[in-house]
Parts: sequence; C-alpha cells; structure tokens
Amino acid sequence: MFGLLPLSTMMGFKMMVSASPSPRSPEITEKTKKYDRQLRLWGDHGQSRLEKSHVCLINSSATGTEILKSLVLPGVGSFTIVDGYKVTQEDIGINFFLDQDSLGKSRAEYTTKLLLELNTDVNGEAIEEHPEMLLKQNPNFFNHFSVVIGCQLDEKTLVTISQVLWESQVPFVYVNCIGFLGWVRVQVNELAIIESHPDSTIQDLRLDVPFPELIAYMDALTINSREVAQKTPWLVLLFKAIQKFSTPSTGDSMDTTGCHPCHMKSQEKQEFKKYLKQYLCEVGLKDTDEEFDEVVKAANSALSPSMINSNVQALLDDPKSTKPEKTKFWVMCGALREFVANNGQLPVRGVLPDMMADSDRYINLQSVYREKASKDAEDILGRSQQLLKQAGLQGLTIVEEDVKLFCKECQNLRLIRGYPMYEEINSVPVEILQELAQNTEDSDQEMMYYLLLRGLLRFQGDYHTYPGLLDRDVEPDINRFKGTFTKLLNDWNATISAKEDCIHELCRYGACELPSVAAFIGGCAAQEVIKIITKQYVPLDNTFIYNAMQSTSSSFKMTRANS
Amino acid sequence: MATMDSDDNNSSSSLHGGSVGANPPDRFGHLRRVLERVGPFSPEGYEATPDILKFIHSCKVLVVGAGGLGCELVKNLALMGFQNMHIIDMDTIDLSNLNRQFLFRIGDVGQSKAEVAAAFINKRVQSANVTAYYSRIEDHDEDFYSSFHIIVCGLDSIVARRWLNNMVFSLLRYDDDGAVEPDSVIPIVDGGTEGFKGNARVICPGQTPCIECNLDLFPPQINYPLCTLASKPRLPEHCIEYVRLIQWGEEKPFEVPIDGDDPAHINWIYEKAVERASLYGIQGVTYRLTQGVVKHIIPAVASTNAVIAAACATEVLKIASSCCTPMDNFMNFSDSDGIYTYTYKAERREDCMACSNVPKVLEFAGEVRLGEVIEFLQESPTFQMKHPAVIASVGGRSKTLYMAMMSATHSNLEQKMKDLGIADRGEIVVSDATTPAARTFILQYKEAGAGVINNGTAETKISNNNSS
Ligand SMILES: [Zn+2]
Repeated sequence: MFGLLPLSTMMGFKMMVSASPSPRSPEITEKTKKYDRQLRLWGDHGQSRLEKSHVCLINSSATGTEILKSLVLPGVGSFTIVDGYKVTQEDIGINFFLDQDSLGKSRAEYTTKLLLELNTDVNGEAIEEHPEMLLKQNPNFFNHFSVVIGCQLDEKTLVTISQVLWESQVPFVYVNCIGFLGWVRVQVNELAIIESHPDSTIQDLRLDVPFPELIAYMDALTINSREVAQKTPWLVLLFKAIQKFSTPSTGDSMDTTGCHPCHMKSQEKQEFKKYLKQYLCEVGLKDTDEEFDEVVKAANSALSPSMINSNVQALLDDPKSTKPEKTKFWVMCGALREFVANNGQLPVRGVLPDMMADSDRYINLQSVYREKASKDAEDILGRSQQLLKQAGLQGLTIVEEDVKLFCKECQNLRLIRGYPMYEEINSVPVEILQELAQNTEDSDQEMMYYLLLRGLLRFQGDYHTYPGLLDRDVEPDINRFKGTFTKLLNDWNATISAKEDCIHELCRYGACELPSVAAFIGGCAAQEVIKIITKQYVPLDNTFIYNAMQSTSSSFKMTRANS
Repeated sequence: MATMDSDDNNSSSSLHGGSVGANPPDRFGHLRRVLERVGPFSPEGYEATPDILKFIHSCKVLVVGAGGLGCELVKNLALMGFQNMHIIDMDTIDLSNLNRQFLFRIGDVGQSKAEVAAAFINKRVQSANVTAYYSRIEDHDEDFYSSFHIIVCGLDSIVARRWLNNMVFSLLRYDDDGAVEPDSVIPIVDGGTEGFKGNARVICPGQTPCIECNLDLFPPQINYPLCTLASKPRLPEHCIEYVRLIQWGEEKPFEVPIDGDDPAHINWIYEKAVERASLYGIQGVTYRLTQGVVKHIIPAVASTNAVIAAACATEVLKIASSCCTPMDNFMNFSDSDGIYTYTYKAERREDCMACSNVPKVLEFAGEVRLGEVIEFLQESPTFQMKHPAVIASVGGRSKTLYMAMMSATHSNLEQKMKDLGIADRGEIVVSDATTPAARTFILQYKEAGAGVINNGTAETKISNNNSS
C-alpha cells in the first residue's frame, strides 16, 4: 500500500515536467508485442474480429492442419475440428500435427491437441464424427461458425455441405490437394470489403472539380518569387497553372470551354505541360531547380480526372443501395448514393501524398483537404442516420468512426457476390470449356487440371476409391478414369477431349498429399479465411488452381452459366 | 520404423481419412507415389526407384535462417524425408516471432532459434536429424559450405543473402575450357516475404541468374533528406527520424546507442516525436509507427511464410530427386487481392560481379578521389556495398588504401586515386560485408566530366551529393 504513494507522486511530477500536450504512452501488452508484425497489416480492429471468430475444419488432413496452423498462430478465437477418421501411418508421415503416438487414435482429437500447443490464446475442440452424420443429428450444426473449411470431401458430402452453408450464409473455403496440384475455392454469399488495402491508390486531388474551400485557399496564396515557389507544394503550383491556363488574359481568344488538363488526351497534355514549365519560370523557378522537376513529374499522375470507378458505381446502382438492407455497409452505400446524386462526386478522401515544401505550407494545404473530408463524412453520417430512421432500422447504429473509415476508403470499396459450389458441381463449366476450346496451346493448363479435379470427384463418387492408389492399379485406372472423364465431358457437351498425359499424371498421384503442396495451399486458404473474418484485403473470387510441377497458378471465377 | 519393402499390401483403411490405402502402410507412402512412379511429365531418363528416397534421406541440406521461413522449411523438408538437415541462425527468439515461427513457445524466448527449431523437429518427426548452428554465416568457411548438396535460404537480410551467394560462387571450379565443373555446383533455393507478398527463386550457378544479377529487385531503403527532417518535417515519419538521428545524439537520454528492443528507448523517441509533431501540426505519430520506423520493421504473417517456404521446399525436393524440372527460375506471390503468382525466367547479367567471372572495369574522371570511389561502390545499385575496404596492388605489392577500422587510412579519402598510385587501368581490390571473397576492379580514367561506370549494359552516374 505504501508503495503506491511515491509512485503516483512521481507520475504527477513527470506530467508536470513533460511538454504539453503530454503524450500518453500507449498500453503495450504481451499480446500486442506477440502480434505486432501482423497488427501492422490488419490493425487492432482486424485482430479483434479474428479473436472473436470461431472456425470449423472438416477433416484434419495435412492441408487441413496447415490451414489451422496459420489461423491459430495469429490468434483466431476458437476452432472446432470435425473428423471421423483414425490416424494411419501414412497420415503421420505427412501431417506435422500428428506423431508416432497418435497411430490409431482419433485424428480430430490428436490434431486439436497438437495445434493448441501453438497458441495459448486459442480455444479448440475436437468432434470425432463424419460431417454427414453430424448434419443428420443436427442440421444446424454448422450455422454458428464464422467460416467452415472443408478438405478430403467426396463429391456428395461436398455438395451437401456447400448447400447447407450457402443457405445459412456461412462462408465456406474448400481445399483439395493431390500430388503436385492444389485447388482452393471460396464460397461467400455476399461479402463487402471496406478496407481492401490496394497496392496503389489513385490520388484524390480534385484538380478538375475543386471544392470552394480549396479555390478560396489557393486564391489567397501569392507566389511571387523563387524563394516562395521553392517552399510551396507542387499541388499549389499545378493548381495555379491550370487556373491560368484555363482563363486566358483578356483579348486572348483561347477557347475557355475547352478541355481541363485533367481530361486531356496525351498530346494535348503535352501542350499543357509546356505551359506549365513556362508558368513555373514565370513564378521564379529555374528549370534546374529540384522543385521545378518535382512539379513536372507530379503532373503526370496528378492530371487525371476525378471519377467514380466501376466497382463503386456498381455499388451505387445496386438495388441494395436504393433500398438499404439492414447492414451498416448498405446503409452507408445508400447515403453515398444520395451524396453523389447531390454533389456529382464521391466524398473527399482527405489524404495527400508527401510533397517537397516547408512544413506550414504543406500542413495547411493538407488541412484544407482534411477539413473537407471531415465535412463530407459528416454529411454521409447525417444521411445514414436519416436512412436508418426512414427504413425503421433502429437496431442498427452508425457512428462517426464507421463513416470516416467508409469515406476514406470509398474509392476502394469492393463487393464479392458468390456462387455456390453445389451449383457449380451440378452444372456445366461453360466458360472453362469455351476458354479451353479456343486455346489450343498449353496456356491454361490449370483450367484443364480444374476439369480433371472435377473428374476425380466424379470418379470417387462412382467407384468409392481414387485412381492409382496401388502401383498395380495405375495402368488399369488410367482407362477407368479416362472413361469417367470422357463421360463427364460428353454430359457437358464439351468439344474438347481428355488430355491423355494429364489423366495419367493424376492416376500416378494415387490421391497422395505432398507436405509442401499441402503447406502452400494451407497458407493460401488460411489467408482467405482471415480476409473473410477481418473483412480486409480482397478474398479470392473464387477459384485458385496451383500447379507445383511448373510452379505456376491460375485464378478464375466460376459463375452461373447464362442459359 | 518405416519399411522400405514394396509388395502390394493394401492397408485399405478409410478412403478419405489419411491412408488412402497405398502400398505398404509407410510413412513416406504419399511421397513415394510421386518419386517411385514415372509420370508423363517426368524428366527424360528419370529412374523411379527406391534409391531416390534413400538419396533424399542422405542429401545434405543447409537451411539458412530459422525464422518465419526457416521453421516452415525444416518442417516441410523433414516430412519429405530429408534426414541430413542443418540449420544456422545467429538470432535468439523474441516474443514478436511467435505469431508465425511456429516451432517456438513463450518459454523459448531468449533461446537460440536454430537450436530450438532443430530440437523440436527432431522430437516431432521420426528419424529426422537436424543439426543446429547458433552462429553467424560468416563464422563458417569454404569447407563447411562446400559439404552441402543444396542450400535453402529464408533470410530477411539482403547483405547475408549476398554473402552466401558469393560464397557459393567462390566454391565453383572451372575446367580448362572455362566451363563450370558440375560437382562444384551447389544450387541455392531462396525465399523472401514482406506482408502478403513474397518470392521464391532457384539459383543454379552457371545456369540461372544469381542474387547479385538481380540486386535491383530489392527495394532500396527509404532515407529522408536531412534538411526535411531538420527544418521542414511534414510526415509523422519525419518527426520520428529526426529524434532518432539528431535528438538522441544531442540529448543523450540513456548515454548509449538506441536499442530498438528497449521499450524505454522507443518510448523516449515516441514522446519526443509527438512533441515535435505537435509543434508543426503533424498528426499520426503513434507508438507502433515509432517502433516500426526505428527498427525498420517489416510486417509479417504466418500464411505468407508458409506459402513461400512451401514453394522453396518443393523446389528442393525437385532438385534432390530430379522427379520434376526445377522452376526456371523466379516466382512472385501476393495474396492481398485474390491469390496471385507470377513465374518467370529472370535474366542473368552478362557482367555480374559474382557469376560472370570477368574483372570489372570502373570508369571515372581522372581526378577522382578515393572517397568518391568508395561512395560510388556504396550507392551504385549494382554494388550496394556496406563498408568497403580498398586495397591497391601496385607493382605486385598490396597496400591498404582505406579501411574503416584503420584511422591512419582515413586521410586517404581526400586523395586522388592517381596520387595514391593507381594509374589508368590500375587494379584495386575491395572487400565488403556483402561478399566473402574480395573483388578486383580495374580503374579506367576518362578525359573529363562526371565519373561514369561503363558496364556495357547500363550507365550509372556517380552520385556525388550527400543525403541533404
Ligand atoms: Zn550473377
């Protein structure tokens, strides 16, 4: 008790001597230290979503445990393994979360135990049962999971699980590894991503549609010497050059209704750039000055029209924006739609790139954009709350923080609308067949392998085994598998024929799982699960095929055929 | 014990669970299906016999780095039958490693990464035999490195990668025709990650480009101009860098150099940076950002490490077994927007310092000073040296012109190369942390103008202004 007194006195003393405003040291916990490297990627809010999630893995195969490993390490809330199989000697050889003692024991229980050793923050449970049986006992068993991951599923179970999850709107990640091939499939009903974290963002400068506060700020600045110009951000110089270029001095009969430099074609842009250089010399810069170069260089990317990209336009046109659904995302989209209808533009992002300039001039310019962004966000907040009231969605609250993030990211919004795997399995892969029929080259080997993996699911359904399990089966199974695959192609009315070599290769694999292929696919699939849970970065939409033989891969989207 | 017999004996357990009922119930049953069966795409002449797996068991592999990639690499390779594995790392385990370096637990913090990783694998995987080296790569000599069949790198340091690359190239022997002797070749498989991006590459001396060939693929470190930091900061990073580079030295809060792992140090920098930022109206200085800038932290996540290490392990398997043609030669990976890979054949640099075996000619103005030559070697994208030491060979005698540790040589920096005895077409020998073997350069003087390196493919101007 006594110890507290001097300590608090010391703290009080420290507060007095440190400069104001006294910076509050943030809380550094063991947890933030442990997760530091990933918090830099998805932030505390992403981490908190991950820690609240509960994922389910069906079948803890080598690939399955690799996926869970990359979820347990970063701190997923909890996991459930559903697996009715006993551990075999071959399992132990490829699965790092099994050891010699596990032979003959429940695979669900053993892998759960060893996976839990990875992270004491994570909870895990094992259910030693096959998924079909679980569903018979409780059709709603999978409904409460954040994401369900499925591996080693036969065609029938895959169709059942996919349908159950689609109907209960639980995201599903399907993986399949065989030999040097891997298949990842993401099934989400609808997933809205606000923080897509694009590698590069188009600058939101509004040079072609300056807002009144920006015009007022620019007009108040005078650049009358080299010294001043050197301290001024390039954006100001570019803005002023455009202004002068578009409003020629009296007597000059230049066409003022002409194109704004942001909308010019490249040849006209060259004309403007010539003018820009002339302007820079007029305000006192020398063409040997660093600042001179910076303006000219920056103009290349800055001179682009302010517009709404097709992803965002599609969201604004979506019926769910017109009559918002009961989610924050769609209500904010509805508000954004109204905002755009009124202003013709998206809200200002309020983010500027760094520019050579002195601190004051840069910070002041930045404030102009930031204040406008803040004002626009307030507008969206008002509209969002209005929409909530109108639609009687009182249970939902949208706060300033939500809207600020939404507005800052509104250029980068992404929406994924899924296609259920059970439909995919029961329909003709029209686009893939067309693509392969047009391409006689080996350019899309992965698409051919996709079809063959479908064929393999069918083979397993027909024969209840996989081709090539035993050495002596390889030759006869090549013919059996070819038969199955040819029949499948006929059912699809396909004009392509089965590739003999690829069929042989799949039979050679004999349904083997290679540790390094399982680890590759496991890492990929785990990250897809994390993207779905954190609602950050953009999930796979929707099929990925990995070919480890050639170290290549391909992504494509399976869709409902237009018929 | 794993059995190596191969009579057909169907264990016929479940179809999906685990053993899909292959030949004998063998730990390596899965692997043997790709190793012991010839496929339509197997390289010509591939002999699919049990000897392949036996060779894999004995194949001597060095895993360099026991971090995010290293842990994954030893796991994958041990499961794929590599039983003569060696792992080297000079680092100890830190709490922030645990989100991806899955062989380490809280109780291991402070221990050697290599030792803990090796012990874990040896315990978990039957008949695995991993030898650990808790040391720097520079602590081992040619004899050590030449004993390996394959070297796999999971490093975060470019300098260490270059050193290792150059070590492997220094081990090459050439026949009378100048061709590389095949048994002196050690293939390198190299992986690197940053956030959701990564790459894997195969380096086969004599056939593919090497690390030095594609140095430009590594992004340069961000350095802010000193005048920005000192007088016109605009970003939170500017404020943090100012405290780190200037204020720390002036105010000497702890009388020691900055230790990025000491929370008290980071906290001091953070608080001073916040103060400075508020002075200029700059927003966004946080503790996390401060730590990131001071320690040059690269974001990292378990999944990317798993993917890249897996891609590398697959290539090691291909090289050791010849069951598949190894990747030729570079794969980029990213999964921030969908999942994307791009595999291509990176090109060799004809005049690469490490792999071309041709002495390098540097062209400078006749009046060039030693300091300028050193600066060039540091700043040129081709060389990117750290602390080059320069030795002249004049008339068969060698004389140290510059070495950071020898203060007597420092005055030479202002001297002209000519006056130091290096005539036109004269040779200098340069050693640096980036290479185990010293490099010989020929200095050629031009009539006038700025110093230019004429390397046949590109001209790189000497950059003569300091970062200000
Ligand atoms: Zn090279």
